[in-house]
Parts: sequence; structure tokens; C-alpha cells
Amino acid sequence: MDKVINIQPVTRIEGHASIAIHLDDNGNVHETRLHIMSLRGFEKFIEGRPAEEVPRIVNRICGICPWMHHLAACKAVDACFGITPPPAGHRLRELCQVMAHISDKILHFFFLAAPDFVMGPDGHYSVRNIMGIVKKAPELASKVVKMRQLGQNMLERFAGKAIHPIAGVTGGFAKPMLEGERKELTNGARQLLDFALYGLDYAKKNIFSQYEELIEELGAIETGFLGTVDTQDSLRLYDGKLKLMKPDGTYTKFSSENYTDFIEEHVAPWSYAKMPYAKVWGEGFSLDLDGPKGIYRTNTLARINVADKMATPHAQAALEEFRDKFGRPAQSTLLYHWARLIELVYACERTVEILEDDQITDPEVRVASEPRAGRGIGCVEAPRGTLIHDYTTDENGCITSANMIVGTTHNIAPMNLSVGMAARSLIKKGRINEGLLNRIEMAVRAYDP
Amino acid sequence: MAIKVAEEWLSACSGCEIAILNMGEALLDLLEQLEFVHMPVLIDHKYLGQLGQSDTIDIPEADIGIVSGAVANEEHLEVLKKMRKSCRLLIALGTCATHGGIPALLNSWTMKEALETIFSTPTTEIPASIPDKGVPPLLDRIYAVDEKVKVDILMPGCPPNPQHIAELFATLLEGDQPTLPEKSVCDTCPTLRKGKGGVKKIKRFLENAACDPKEPLDKMQCLLEQGFMCMGPVTAAGCAAEGAPRCISARVPCRGCFGPVRPHGNQMLDMINALTSNGIDWKTIVDRRSLLRFSGAHGLLRPIGHK
Repeated sequence: MDKVINIQPVTRIEGHASIAIHLDDNGNVHETRLHIMSLRGFEKFIEGRPAEEVPRIVNRICGICPWMHHLAACKAVDACFGITPPPAGHRLRELCQVMAHISDKILHFFFLAAPDFVMGPDGHYSVRNIMGIVKKAPELASKVVKMRQLGQNMLERFAGKAIHPIAGVTGGFAKPMLEGERKELTNGARQLLDFALYGLDYAKKNIFSQYEELIEELGAIETGFLGTVDTQDSLRLYDGKLKLMKPDGTYTKFSSENYTDFIEEHVAPWSYAKMPYAKVWGEGFSLDLDGPKGIYRTNTLARINVADKMATPHAQAALEEFRDKFGRPAQSTLLYHWARLIELVYACERTVEILEDDQITDPEVRVASEPRAGRGIGCVEAPRGTLIHDYTTDENGCITSANMIVGTTHNIAPMNLSVGMAARSLIKKGRINEGLLNRIEMAVRAYDP
Repeated sequence: MAIKVAEEWLSACSGCEIAILNMGEALLDLLEQLEFVHMPVLIDHKYLGQLGQSDTIDIPEADIGIVSGAVANEEHLEVLKKMRKSCRLLIALGTCATHGGIPALLNSWTMKEALETIFSTPTTEIPASIPDKGVPPLLDRIYAVDEKVKVDILMPGCPPNPQHIAELFATLLEGDQPTLPEKSVCDTCPTLRKGKGGVKKIKRFLENAACDPKEPLDKMQCLLEQGFMCMGPVTAAGCAAEGAPRCISARVPCRGCFGPVRPHGNQMLDMINALTSNGIDWKTIVDRRSLLRFSGAHGLLRPIGHK
């Protein structure tokens, strides 16, 4: 008889998912599924909307990373209308994007993932959460809450809204930055950078060094990777070329406009989310645990794997240390957390760097546009992975069709593999307990879905 | 004794949960009096027991229940009904829960039309069938929470205002009845109104508002008077922080994300009336159905036979 263990819902993640673990007669794992339970319909209901309105609609795809959708949409609409924002327009967008990455990473690592490590994977579920951390490590918790709040407030004061932003507009940005705003933001960004360095150090000392074996083994799989780099092959979040790496480290680079030549999306009857895979490898798609096909990963670990280097000094030092320890490409799933903290350092350094450039206060922030028929592809690196918005407009500049490949979806197939590997190694003869099931969820949380 | 709180999200983006977290230090203070017993984004309580041993969804009893998101599928409906049963007081948080929000834009199409488009995009493998195993079946359309269960407090916003959430908790902890703002966005907007102007047509937001960004907002002329569509007149106030509606503070027009001023108002009809009474031709609006961008539940947006 097929026995099923359900983990429902998967908790401390951003969306709606459940895990079903099917056991065979001997109580060993026969099959696992990560079901993605929600379907929202954005590709349908932006049809007919004036394209310049779309950046204010698609931000609602995700309340944690609304800036990513907002800006990918801005870029796609610019391309539909055939316009190029002035340099300061782009810089203001990038500034907001990297600042949003800061809040996102603090949230994910310290609020969602850290309880598994600080309280331990076997900690009781009622305290294995941020409230537990508040009690057990009040100083850390207070710092984390304050810094996340600082990041959100900086965005909100400058750009009006931090959640579901409106300041990115077709052709650039809705308002220029004033000198006073620049000073205030720079002060905040320096505090955030100090915290990022502290956070990485804290995690290395108190978390990663305590769980070396778990980090190496839990949900470990071997896949390719996808991320964005600049012409120097440094990691970038706002703009660049896509770099798709095979498990053996060989790679191809391509412009996001050509994404359909490289990526296809598999549909499984048990998940509302589609599963992108590397069509260009010509091996098809398979979730077979012993011989997966076409699978690549995105998000922090993927980005630092495909990049030759980091463009800022502290982040570069952190990457070198990481690479000395784990090689390239690093494959262990829980290393996503470490990579996340390296990227946090980069996002803070990049924020300071953008603010220190005088171009940021240039009053020319937007070019006016005329609606027209066209097609545009906008791409940015969202915290959860490469984000692609692809729109077509009619002669009134209204959307006729849309395709979106959202950061998290790249990792749906790999998450299924990681859950499968974790379950297979942990569950023997049908024996389970809470800590064990939580470890399986930890393999999902690493991807920050 | 701490007050028990349960929180759930339905068809949602997690922006409401982030708004709860954006209370920041106010939340830390509240945590001494609140005990969160269920909240999937932060807490590991499971529907089917911690070992997944049960057949039915269980949500622990709580004094206050918070639900964000619209109702889009069978699982949402089941969870919502359990929340209603388990919670003494139920709050619908955010505009998806109170008015359908962005997800209810889908109500302009049938679910069949939507699924056909979503599973036939250019990068989707052919042939793809529509998922139906281990995923909850979709309802016929997108519903606001109060269309399905009785709700005690409606707190809209996309996202809702963290300050209001903190005040609501404080009021409930005192045992008082909360009051929510009954003003419009315009009532809270500092921009300069010069009176009826020469605007006859609505223009799209394809260029920035005319203003000197160095000057405060009360020196910028009202965006509707500048000819841009701004939903301020027909949208509930509440987004304002530091004295100005948030979009206006970024010099961008309002799109109505707090829903209608009156809980059962119709933002589309109200806006058309507001424009007409100011001598502006509402037919110049491109995509008029977008006036219901945030409030398309309660049967306001319906399929219109798109091809």
C-alpha cells in the first residue's frame, strides 16, 4: 500500500507549497513531490492594459520582491515603446532594486531561515521561528528588525512605496533625487553595509561552522546554474548578459532577448508552477533523482557560481573565501544561505557606490514616450532568480500578450530534486519525526521560494 | 494572558505579511502581548498535524484571525472557513481580501480562458495539459473574503498601512472597537487645487507630472487637474505616511489601491461621475475596466467574451 506523508503547508517560505512523500511497502521513499498550489493569472489579466500601467500591476506578483517585477516590467515596456531612459533614470531604478535586495536578504536569512539553525532543526515548532530568536538572541533580533526596517524606510521615504512600488515609470523614474535625500540614504546605506558585514561574520561563526555536515549533505544535487554578469563577468543584479553554466562549469552567454532559444518550461500535472529547463542542452527534461536532465538553478548560489568575480571589494573578499572552501561551481544546497549573505554585502556596497556617483542627482530622469506596437523583453535578477517579462503591444500601446518567467520557477524542478534527495536519505523503514520532516523543508527554504 | 493570533494568506503576494513585519519595533513591543499560534509565513504549525498524520485541516483557536488574499481555489475556501470557525474575531487584511484586489482582474475572463493562455505561452512545452493532481481546483471566479464568510473588520490597502495595523492591535488589546478612516485620498492630499480648469481629456502617464521636485507637494498642482487619471476622489484614504498619500509623494497618480471610499462603493461608476461633473470626457480613458483594478470582486468585473 502506498503511504503518503504530507507536509502541508511548507512554512517559512514566501508562497503556497506542500510536500507529498510517497513510501513503498518497506517504508522507504518511492517518490516525492513539491506541489505548488497557487495560480494567479498575471499573464492573462494584463492583456488589454495600457503597457505603461503594467509595472504598477505586476509588482503584485510578489510582495517580498515587488521591485523586481516592477523594474523588469519597466524595462520591457521601454523596449515595446522603443525608448531609452536617461542615465540617471536607470541609476535610480538600479538603486531601488539593490536596496530592495538588501531588505529581502535580511528577511529571508534572519526571519525565515535562521530559526532552523539558531533554535536547531529539532527545536520545537512553537519556538522555531523569529519570535523564538527574539527570546533566545534578543540582541541579534533587535538588530535584524531595526536594519530591515531601516532598509524599508529608506526606500519608502525616497520612492513613496517600498511594497508595490510606483516610482519606476516607462522611460525612467518618476522623480529625481535631491541632495538631501542622497545624504540621508548614504548614511543609511553605510549602516546597512556595517550590518551586512556583521551578519556574514555572525553566520560564519555561529551558524555555518556549527552545521558543516548538514550543509554539505542536505538535499545536495548536481545541476547547472543561470545568472547575470557584466562584460567583465562580474555578478550584476540590474543589467547584463545571462550566463548559463553546465554542471561541469562550461557555459554559454546570451542576451535576455533571446531567452526562448535557451529555456523552455515543462508542465507537470501536479504543480501549478511551470518548470523551466535548459532546452539548449538538447537533453530534454527529467526529474529522475539518479539522472536528472535539463536542470539548472538560479538565485544566490547560482549567481555567485556563474560570476567570475564580484564588482565590490568586501563582496569579492567574501567570494574568494567561499570559493577556496567550496570550489566552483559549489553545489551543496544549503550554501544558498552563505551565498545570500555574500550578495547582501554586494547589494550594500553597490548602494553606497551608486549614491556616491554624482550622476544620481541629475534632474533628467525620464524621457516621454509614445504608445506604439512592439515587443519588449525586460530582465533583472530577482532575489530568487533571473526574472524575465516579455510583452507584446498593439498600436495603442496596450498589451496583447505576455510571457513571464519568474525567479522562483527556475528552482521548482531543483527543489523537487533536493526534496527527493533529502527524503530518500532521511526516511528509512517509514520512521519519521518532526525534526526529520523539518530538515526536508530546510532543503526547500534554502532556495527561498 | 497573551492574546492568540492566527494568520493566513489565500490568493496573495505576501505584501500584507510584509506590511505586518514593517511595523518593525512596534511589532517587537506587541509580541509581549500577542501569541501567534498559526502563520504559515513565519510559524511552522501544519494543517494536518506536525507529522502530517491527519486527514483534515486544523487551525488552532485564536482570539484574532487575520486573512489576507482573495479566494481563488478550493483550498483557500476550506482554510478560510476553518479560520472563521477557529477565530473569535476575523479581520480581512489588504485589498485582495476586502475587494478582490489585483487577482480579481482575472474576473474579466472565464477560468477556462485564463488557463488556456497561461499554459500556452511561447516557452511552455507543447502539448501541455492543465495541472489537476495534488493541486486545489480553481473556483469559478475570484472572490473577496466577505463574499464567503462573515468578516468583522475590513482593513484594505495594497499594501495595508503598518501604522494602522499596529493601531488596530493596540485598540483590540484595549478591548475597544476600532474605527477606520472614512475619507478619500483627495481629502488627505496636500497638492494644490486651482479649481475647475480647462482639462477635457484624460491623458496617460507617459511623462512626469509638471512640478519642481525641489518644492514641497503643496506647490504641485493636483494631478487630475494636470489631466492625468488619478483615482484619489474615489479611493479610501489610509495609505498616507508623513502627511501625503504615498503615490502622490512619489509624484505619481493614485490608482485606487485602498478600494472604494464607501465599503460597497463602485470605483468605476464613482470615477466616471467625478470626471463628468468636472467636465472631463470619461470616454477618453483607455481601458476603463482598470478603474476596478483593485475592486473587481463582489461581481463587479465579469467575463465579457474576449476572443
